[in-house]
Parts: sequence; structure tokens; C-alpha cells
Amino acid sequence: MKVTILQFPGTNCEYDTEHAFKSLGAKTEILWHKSEVVPEDTDLLVVAGGFSYGDYLRSGAIAKFSPVMKAVTKYANKGGKVLGICNGFQVLTEAGLLPGALKRNESLHFLSKHHHLKVVNNDNVFLKELNSGDVVNVPIAHHDGNYYIDENGLKELYANNQVLLKYCDAEGKEKNPNGSVDAIAGVCNKEKNVFGLMPHPERAMEAILGSSDGVKMLQGFLQA
Amino acid sequence: MKAIVNVFLKAGVLDSQGKAVHHALESIHFSNVEDVRVGKQIILKINESDEKKAMADVTKMCEELLANTVIEDYTIEIIK
Repeated sequence: MKVTILQFPGTNCEYDTEHAFKSLGAKTEILWHKSEVVPEDTDLLVVAGGFSYGDYLRSGAIAKFSPVMKAVTKYANKGGKVLGICNGFQVLTEAGLLPGALKRNESLHFLSKHHHLKVVNNDNVFLKELNSGDVVNVPIAHHDGNYYIDENGLKELYANNQVLLKYCDAEGKEKNPNGSVDAIAGVCNKEKNVFGLMPHPERAMEAILGSSDGVKMLQGFLQA
Repeated sequence: MKAIVNVFLKAGVLDSQGKAVHHALESIHFSNVEDVRVGKQIILKINESDEKKAMADVTKMCEELLANTVIEDYTIEIIK
């Protein structure tokens, strides 16, 4: 299992992501955004979190024109698995690989804390190790995590089981930290090979650091 | 020539910054403000003499980069 992790100027979660996947037994490679190809042996491509291009103009807006993104789009269109975490989610929506957009948090505050999430759909490679309705505890750290999609887009998401995760409290009751439509924290594309979420499973790998719930999430990719 | 691009959240998409500014204005007693929208203005200096061509180019720039048309609308003003 080989995980390739994208690195733009301003990305800052690539090493955490590498550490997380290595701890699960995967081989990893950090790929600088100037690359025009995705390494052929890649089983999973991760667009890591951070602040690509300083979030200038809009989060993820500039990164989508990096040389590597053409290769990423090609890789995704061929069915390659792609996971965008936080800024990576923003990049994938900006690039049109995932539906919707991420707006400024409704409170206008940067949010950095642990938050509970409820698994909505697990019939996909990412969350198959979990059950629908399971509650996980994963850190969030974002300013622009307010997921928006119009009414028709939302209907389509539900119809195709593309809603992956929703924000909730410890009991699984909906609790919305940032104003996201229907408290959505993560989605996938129709083909279920491109995934995006604002929370950081790679920061929830060890109980001593607050939670190990990220293990079950990321493990899904390793047990194909 | 110059192009002035204004980018705002679409009507119907909640503008939290506009709402916060509105509340702040009310708190300093400007009670007659009905609505506030916060957006951004992008000013481009363009080496182009054909106004139509400039308009077409800037429209393409907005569609591809300057605005995210999932959530934002834009207006373009060309100034000679």
C-alpha cells in the first residue's frame, strides 16, 4: 500500500499525515506540487491540510492551478482514490472534483478543537471499517469549513449516499460548529473514489493524544 | 485599460461577515441600515485596447479563478 501526499507551498499537515499512514503500515511519499505526474504505484493520493498559497483569494483557489492538479484530476477520473483533508477538501471542491464549496465559518471564528462526528454512509472504501451511526471524536481546525451546496445538489448527495460525516455531540445528536448545510463534515463524489472532509483523522491516531478514532477511518483505505 | 471586479456571495447564501458588520453598525446607533453585504474588489490593469476583448477575458478570469460560482456572483466594470 503506497500513499502519496501532496505538498503545496503553505501545506502543513503532510508530515502528520505521513506519520499516521506509516503507523498503519503504509509506504508513503510526499509529492511537491510542481510534479506533473502522480507516482504510478500510488494506491491513495492525499491532499493534506494546511494553508496552500496562504489561503489567498479563497482557500484552495490558487492550488487548483498547480501543475500537479492536472495529474490529480486524471488520476481521479481513472478511478484512483483521492482523500482531501481540511485544506485538501477545499482544494478538491475548488478543482471541481467534489461538489459544493467551503465558506467562512458562520461564527467568523477560527475553530480548533475536538469535535464529534457521526458516520452517515459507510458503503465506501473510506468508512467501511465503521458502521453508519457510529460517533467518532476527531479534531477540527479551520476558518473556512462551512460547507455549502444548493438545494438540488444536496438532494443529489443524499440520493447517491455521498454524505459521509456530519458534526454531532457525543451522543450523536446533530451539533453544528460552523454553519455547514445539514451539519455536513465530509462528502464524496458520485463514483465514490474522491473523498473530502474538514476534520483531521490523521490527528486522532493515539489515545494518549486525545483520540484514536482516526485509525478506523484511515484504515479503510489500507484494507481494500 | 482597467477592469474592476466585484465579488459577492450569491443572494440566498448567508453572508456572515455582512451580518456581523450590520450588527456592529446597529450597536453604534446606525439604526437605518437594512442590509449589509461584504465582498471583495479586484482591480486589474490590462494591456488591451479592445473593450469587448477585455470584457471577455475578465469574464473568463472570473469563471476560472476570481470567483467561485458555486457560492459567489461577480460584476465587471471596464474603465478606459
